[in-house]
Amino acid sequence: MGKLMGASVKRVEDLRFITGKGQYTDDITLPGMTFATIVRSPFAHANIKNIDFSAAKNAPGYVASFVGGDIPEAIAGVPCGWQVDFKNGDTMKEPPHPLLARGKARHVGDAVAVVVAETQAQAKDAAALVDVEYEELPAVVNISAALKDGAPQLHEGVPNNCIFEWELGSGMDVVDSALASAAHVTKLDIVNQRLVPNAIEPRCAIGDYDDSRDFHTLYTSSQNPHVIRLLMCAFALGLPEHKVRVVAPDVGGGFGSKIFHYIEEALMVWVAEQIKRPVKWTAERTESFLTDGQGRDHITKAQMGFDSDGKMVALKVETDANLGAYLSTFSTAVPTYLHGTLMQGLYTTPAVHITVNAGVTNTAPVDAYRGAGRPEATYVIERLVETAAAEMGVDPAELRLKNFIPPFDGSENQPGYQTQVALQYDSGNYEGVLNRLLEMSDYENLKKERDTARANGKLMGIGFSTYIEACGIAPSAVVGSLGARAGLFEAANIRVEPTGSVTLFTGSHSHGQGHETTFAQLIADDLGIPMENVLVVHGDTDKVPFGMGTYGSRSLAVGGSAIVKSLEKIKAKGAKIAAHLLEASVEDLDFADGKWTVKGTDKSVAFGDVSLTAYVPHNYPEGLEPGLDETSFYDPVNFTYPFGAHMAVVEVDPDTGKVELKRFICCDDVGNVVNPMIVDGQIHGGVAQGIGQALLEGAVYDESGQLTTASYLDYALPRADDLPTFELDRTVTPCPHNPLGVKGAGEAGTIGSTPAVVNAVVDALRPLGVKDLQMPLSPQRVWAAMQQAK
Amino acid sequence: MKVSMTVNGTAYEHDVEPRLLLVQHLRENMGLTGTHVGCDTSSCGACTILVNGETAKSCTLLAVQCDGAKIKTIEGMATNGELHPIQESFREKHGLQCGFCTPGMILSSWQLLERNPKPSEGEIRHAIEGNFCRCTGYDNIVKAVQHAAQQS
Repeated sequence: MGKLMGASVKRVEDLRFITGKGQYTDDITLPGMTFATIVRSPFAHANIKNIDFSAAKNAPGYVASFVGGDIPEAIAGVPCGWQVDFKNGDTMKEPPHPLLARGKARHVGDAVAVVVAETQAQAKDAAALVDVEYEELPAVVNISAALKDGAPQLHEGVPNNCIFEWELGSGMDVVDSALASAAHVTKLDIVNQRLVPNAIEPRCAIGDYDDSRDFHTLYTSSQNPHVIRLLMCAFALGLPEHKVRVVAPDVGGGFGSKIFHYIEEALMVWVAEQIKRPVKWTAERTESFLTDGQGRDHITKAQMGFDSDGKMVALKVETDANLGAYLSTFSTAVPTYLHGTLMQGLYTTPAVHITVNAGVTNTAPVDAYRGAGRPEATYVIERLVETAAAEMGVDPAELRLKNFIPPFDGSENQPGYQTQVALQYDSGNYEGVLNRLLEMSDYENLKKERDTARANGKLMGIGFSTYIEACGIAPSAVVGSLGARAGLFEAANIRVEPTGSVTLFTGSHSHGQGHETTFAQLIADDLGIPMENVLVVHGDTDKVPFGMGTYGSRSLAVGGSAIVKSLEKIKAKGAKIAAHLLEASVEDLDFADGKWTVKGTDKSVAFGDVSLTAYVPHNYPEGLEPGLDETSFYDPVNFTYPFGAHMAVVEVDPDTGKVELKRFICCDDVGNVVNPMIVDGQIHGGVAQGIGQALLEGAVYDESGQLTTASYLDYALPRADDLPTFELDRTVTPCPHNPLGVKGAGEAGTIGSTPAVVNAVVDALRPLGVKDLQMPLSPQRVWAAMQQAK
Repeated sequence: MKVSMTVNGTAYEHDVEPRLLLVQHLRENMGLTGTHVGCDTSSCGACTILVNGETAKSCTLLAVQCDGAKIKTIEGMATNGELHPIQESFREKHGLQCGFCTPGMILSSWQLLERNPKPSEGEIRHAIEGNFCRCTGYDNIVKAVQHAAQQS
C-alpha cells in the first residue's frame, strides 16, 4: 500500500458542486426539447371510465398526449427484478406495472395519462385540463388487512393481494420447541413504519430519439444506468440495447430510491420516439412523495428465548411486508433475502426462523431504502435483546457480550460463521466494537449519570444497538439461485493513455459517495502516479463497460475489486514491455513508485515510458498487442459483513414528551478504509437517516389511501438542529475474500442507529412503566405512552 | 412583463410571464443551473440565493417581484476565480456529498457569517435549519461553517 491508501484526501469532485457547475438531469436542456406532465390518479383505487383531452388539446403550446391504450399491448410495463416463490413451491404472483394505467388506478399518484407541451408551465396547464372520469373503489393500505379475506383486491390473479409466502431458517417446529423450553421468552409486536427516502434532487428523465440513426438516449437521475438500460430494453420497451444510451449525470442523492426502473423513464423514451422531439419530465416534490420507491413498512411479531444462563436459544419472527401497489425492481428481495437472512444478528442463537408474507396495497411501491431489509432485521433483533435485558434484570451490554459469535478472521483456522439463515459471515470481532463503544461512551460513568438524573426526576435513557449487515452485493450465482434476474458483478476499464495518464471507466455510479476521489486514490497509489493524472468516468452506458451500479454498499467492495483486477492486468502487461526495454526478464523486475526496476540494480523504466511504448510500439516485445487498456469484471465470492455498535443517550421532556438526543456514539467496522474522511461522511449520513426514522419520519396513508405526508410540511425530515454532533470511531477487521479487504460503509449508520435511539427512549421511560414504543417517537406519541403508563 | 435585475454583477432584462418563479428565471432564462429546485413549499432551501444581500428562497419569489434587484447565486460566490472561504471550507471539511443542497447551504452559511462572524454550534445549526441535506447528517456542514468562521 502506498501513501494515498488510508489518507483523507479532499474530494476532486467538490469543485464543480461548490461553484454551481454540477450537472444534474434537470440542468440539461436539449434543442427542441418539450416538457411532459403526468396526469396522476387522485384516488387510491379507482376504475378509469373515461379520459377527455378535448380542452387540453386546445391549450397553448400543446404538443401531444397519451393514455395507456395508446401504448402497444406488447409493452406490458416495467419488470420486477427478483422472483421470490411461495414456500410451498408456487410461483410468485407478478401483476403487471404498465407505463400508464390500463383501466384502473391502484394508488394515489398512479400514472393515468401524459401530456406534452412546449414549456413546462404549458404542460402543467394542459394537464390540468384533462378530464378523467373515475369510479372510486374501496382501498386498503395496511398490509395485514390487505392479506385478509374480504379485503379490496388490487390485481387480477393475485388472490388476497398475496405476492408470496416465504420462510427461512432452522424450521418453525425447531424454533417453537426451543421457545417452549426456554427459561425466558421476550415478545414484541413491531411496526417498522414506512419511510420516504427523500433524495433532495427530485427524479427527472429526458427522452431523446434520433430517427436518422434509430437511436434512443435517456438521461435519468439513476444509481445504475446499465441496469436501467437492460430492464428498459429487454423487458419494458423491447428495444435493442446497442441502440439505446442511458446517461445518469450528477445525481442528487439516491439512498436506494434511484435504483429502480421507473415508468417515467420508459415513458419518456417511448414518447420521444412518438413525437420525434426530446421530452423532459421532472418530478415535483409531492410527485416524489407519491411515486418514488418508499421504504420499510413491515408489521412483525417476534419472540426471543433465553436459557436460565441468559444464553439465546431461539428467535422466531413473523413479518407481513407491504410492497405497495406494484412490484418495484428489487421490492421482493428486500423483505426476504436482505432481511430474513440477517436474523442471526451477531449472536450464536442455535434456532432461528422467519416467515414473510408479502402483498400489495393501494400505496406507492415499496423497495430498497438505505439498508433495505437489514435495518428492519436489526431493529427486530436489537429491540428484543434490549427488552429481554430489562426483563431479566441484566445489563444490555453484558447480555450481548455473553451471546456474541466469538471473533474470527475468516482464515482457515478461523473460518466464516455459518448462520441458521443461509449466510456465511466472512470475518468479525463483535465484542471488539462493543467494548470500544463502552470505552468511548465511558459507560460506567454514564450509568451513574443516569442514576443521578433519575434521582433528580429527569428522564434520561441509554440505548444500545449492535448490528451486522450483508453488503458488497453480490455473488451472481448465489443470488441467481435465490431468484435474482441479474448478475451482480461490477466492471472496470482502465485506459492508460500514451503519455501515462489514466482514465477509469467504472460501472459503479457516484451520487455523493466520492468515487471520483476514492477510485483515483486506489489507482494512483498502485501505479505510483499523481492522483491528478487519474480521471474517473461513470454514469454513461456509451462510455463505461456494462456495470451494475451503486447500492447495497457495493461500490468499493465489488467495483473497487474490479479496478484492482484491471490494475493487475495493466501491471502484468506493463512488466512485459518494461522487461523488453530493460533487456531483462519479467521475473527480475520490481514495480514500485511508478517504475519497473531490475532487482539489485539502478536500471529502471518509468510507467510513462512503458505506456508510450505500448502506443508507439517500435521497440516492442514480439507477439504482444499494442496498447495499455484493460477491462475486468469482478464477481464477488461472498457478501461482505460490516458490523458495529451504536449508542444513543437521550433525555425526554416529562411535560411534552419531546426527545432530546444528547449524544450519539458509534464504533463501526467496515473492513479496510481507503479514505477515512469519506467513510466518516457515509456513517454520518446513515446515522442521521436512522435517527430520522426513530424520532421524526413516517409516511402516513389515511384509510382512503391518501398520503397525508406528501410534502416537507408534513413529512419530518431531520434538520440540522434535530441532530447532535456524532462521536465516531472504528475497528478494522479486513474482509478476507476481496483484494482490498473492504466491506462497505454506505448503509452501516442507518442500520445501527435506529434501534439504539428507540432503546434509549424506552430506557428513559422505563421507570414510568413504559415497556415499548412504536416509531417515530414523536412528542405526541411519547407523551401519550407516558400518560398511559401512569 | 418586463423585468430587469443584476445577477452576479451582470445586468439582465427579459420579458416574462407574471407567474414565472425567480428560480425558473435564473435557471431557464440565464442558464444559472447552480440554483436547484428540491421542493415547491419553501422547505428544502436548495434554491437559496441572495436578493439585495439577504437570503431568499427563489422558488417562492416571482421573477417580477425582483425587478431592479441585485441578486447573487452560487455562480457569483467566487471572485476572479478565487473561491470564497465558505466554498473552500465545504471542500476542506467534506461538507458535501451529492452536492445538490450545497449551493443553498453555502449561501445560507454566508448570511449567517455576515450577521454573526463567530457563531456557536447551536447558532450554526439553527441558521441552516431551513436547508435540507440528506447526505451528510449536517455534521461536516457544521464543521465547514466553523472552519470558515475561523478563516475570517
